[in-house]
Amino acid sequence: MQPFSSDVLLAADGPGQPGEEDVAAALAPRFALGAAGRARTVRRTWLDTFDWRLHRAGLTLEYVTGPRPAELVLATAAGNLVSQPAGRMSWPALVQDLPPGPVTAAVRPVAGIRALLPAARATSAVQDLRVLNPDTKTIAWIRADRTTVNHPAPARLPARFQVTAVRGYQPQAQRVSELLCAAAGLNGHPDRPLDAALAAAGQRAEAYSNKISVQLSPGMPARAALQAVLLQLLDTLEANVPGTIRDIDTEFLHDLRVSVRRTRSALKLAGEVLPARLPARFRPEFKWLGDLTTPTRDLDVYLLNYGDMAEALVSATPTELEPFHVHLARRRVLEQRALARGLRSAHFSQLAREWRGALTGLTVPRTGERAADLATRRLRRAHRRVLREGRVISAGSPAEQLHDLRKRCKELRYLLEIFASLFDPQAYQRTLKDLKGLQDCLGEFQDRQVQQQELREFAAQMMADRALSADPVPVTALLAMGELAGGIGRAQQQARDEFAERFGEFASPASNRRFLDLTESTGQSGGRGEPGGGRPGGGGE
Amino acid sequence: MKILATYNIKGGVGKTSTAVNLSYLAAQDGLRVLLWDLDPQAAASYLFRIRPRVKGGGKALIKGSREIDDSIKGTDFADLDLLPADFTYRNLDLVLGATKKPTRRIARLLAPLSDQYDVIFLDCPPGISLLSESVLQAADSLLVPLIPTILSLRTLDQLTDFISSSDGQRPQVLAFFSMIDQRKTLHREIAERLPAERGDVAAASIPALSQIERMSVERAPVAAFAPHSRAAQSYQALWAEVRDRTL
Repeated sequence: MQPFSSDVLLAADGPGQPGEEDVAAALAPRFALGAAGRARTVRRTWLDTFDWRLHRAGLTLEYVTGPRPAELVLATAAGNLVSQPAGRMSWPALVQDLPPGPVTAAVRPVAGIRALLPAARATSAVQDLRVLNPDTKTIAWIRADRTTVNHPAPARLPARFQVTAVRGYQPQAQRVSELLCAAAGLNGHPDRPLDAALAAAGQRAEAYSNKISVQLSPGMPARAALQAVLLQLLDTLEANVPGTIRDIDTEFLHDLRVSVRRTRSALKLAGEVLPARLPARFRPEFKWLGDLTTPTRDLDVYLLNYGDMAEALVSATPTELEPFHVHLARRRVLEQRALARGLRSAHFSQLAREWRGALTGLTVPRTGERAADLATRRLRRAHRRVLREGRVISAGSPAEQLHDLRKRCKELRYLLEIFASLFDPQAYQRTLKDLKGLQDCLGEFQDRQVQQQELREFAAQMMADRALSADPVPVTALLAMGELAGGIGRAQQQARDEFAERFGEFASPASNRRFLDLTESTGQSGGRGEPGGGRPGGGGE
Repeated sequence: MKILATYNIKGGVGKTSTAVNLSYLAAQDGLRVLLWDLDPQAAASYLFRIRPRVKGGGKALIKGSREIDDSIKGTDFADLDLLPADFTYRNLDLVLGATKKPTRRIARLLAPLSDQYDVIFLDCPPGISLLSESVLQAADSLLVPLIPTILSLRTLDQLTDFISSSDGQRPQVLAFFSMIDQRKTLHREIAERLPAERGDVAAASIPALSQIERMSVERAPVAAFAPHSRAAQSYQALWAEVRDRTL
């Protein structure tokens, strides 16, 4: 028997809840209903990642428990269903912890490393009705589903009917759907049940994104623009605190850190439009917050890449490297606890509270610089600095020089993101792409630099931890780590070899032209600047 | 994917009842099952309440001008589908005769279904024909219902001779006694003696029971409408032996 591909979903219009008799009356005289089994009660948990990756991909994932064995059911936007047995699960859970099956296989590339969290919970009365033709042969099934949402807010959803054709009887099943629509007050375009459940609680899916989405207008005061962006960054930061403390997945911390870095960059690069006391007071505070999160994130990066690193070993075996893995995991437990303590501290809650108070209490002068002018001015300066610092880097330059250039690139990137809504979207994407090539190369170089230093520290820690133990670090583990260090060194050298080409692309006349197009797309009133090369060495901070 | 054909040169020996009940029990075991009703009398299609009609008729199916997939119908039972009979199947010999390598035709038609089904049952019309030769080439095993008489044993011998003289793939033959009348001494004697003497005769057998005849009234496999009956238990025992010896 093939999986059904022609399910039709119907929902009651409004609060009406058509019963079995209404369905039978709608189908008569052409079709009849077979003796109905008893309705069964199932519990549904709708799942998605914190950043709604499944919803954005048009997928709805349900964990269904009840009298039958628990299963995971995945629906595509077109209404096609796949299911697999799931056993007893508790949420949140990572995709890697799901049992293997077609649902897991379909969800894995979409959810990636993000955990699946309950987005809504409901209880449903489900009844399967047989639709019979005049030979009393079953030609379709109607699954009637009456759902009451329990979480996030109590609500009763309109009754839903899923018409599934028995193989070879699609035309008759189609007729069944049409009869139901015509006579039983059903419509063929129901909302996704998760959306309906969230709407009942005044919520909506995809409300969270780690992107800066605040809409700025070119003519608004620069201070108002910065205020709006900083408030959204604070919202994003705070939204990620509970997930970071509970250690649900690594990306809560990642998004939290990105919000902190964007805030710090905004304060550094555009803080002049704020009252001077604000950057003075809060820049050290956000540095503290950034530093608090660094050790755990560094370990996360190591652990996320660990599988690839272990696999790339040639001389040593992954088993020999295992003590290193254990060490990383142990360190992470300690660092995560310190991080959670920091985020639960009075220091942090005071910082968040006072920062929000300072931002919401800002007065915005009517005169002064416009948002577009500030964006253009700051972007051009950041762009010039990248070009200036990049041009003096040669094959023999010290690593610090590349590290500094990476910071300049990040500043340019954050400025672009902060003011994204002011630009022509196509010009924005093109400039971002030009910059991203260079950033990836510098990021690879610097990450490898840090990893090499850390690897030495980890080795020293491992030796120190077991110095007094009867069970010393195996020599083979240290040798394997040595091989790892060699591989990291080679990857770093490769990034360095690629630098000249990546920078050449970024500094090319065509790329400069694109940057100019971007800054001109804001509708700013200032004259056309000469990005890059125009005033080499000028415009320093 | 295994292909099992219920076949006998003689008619009225219980081929269709066997195909219908064993395909139902196989699906109940969790196997994905297709039953192809090759008999233009369409008894298996009738028992599953499916109209005996194939778009384009047997010709389109055999020639491959229509996808076999499009003609398959779901039964009322999970994991059990049916490829219905069609009145045009009475001319299937002529259609097969007009194709290249006619005796390999059925096997070639069924090969693409291997990812959809674990077992395919072929319910064959009686007689020796080009169609039955094509079925013998396609089938992994032949399930041969026998009425316990001396004459039907001769028919089994004729069948095994025929198979051993044919070219190409030779299916395993598993005969079993069917429609045993417990009141007849000869039936009882043969049905008890033969399985011990011959390796190609199953120990399990199917008595003549009114519940089996009731299938045409209920239009369902006997294990579906009378799961605890002696008839259902007999088919269960037969299926268990067939499963162990052929799958």
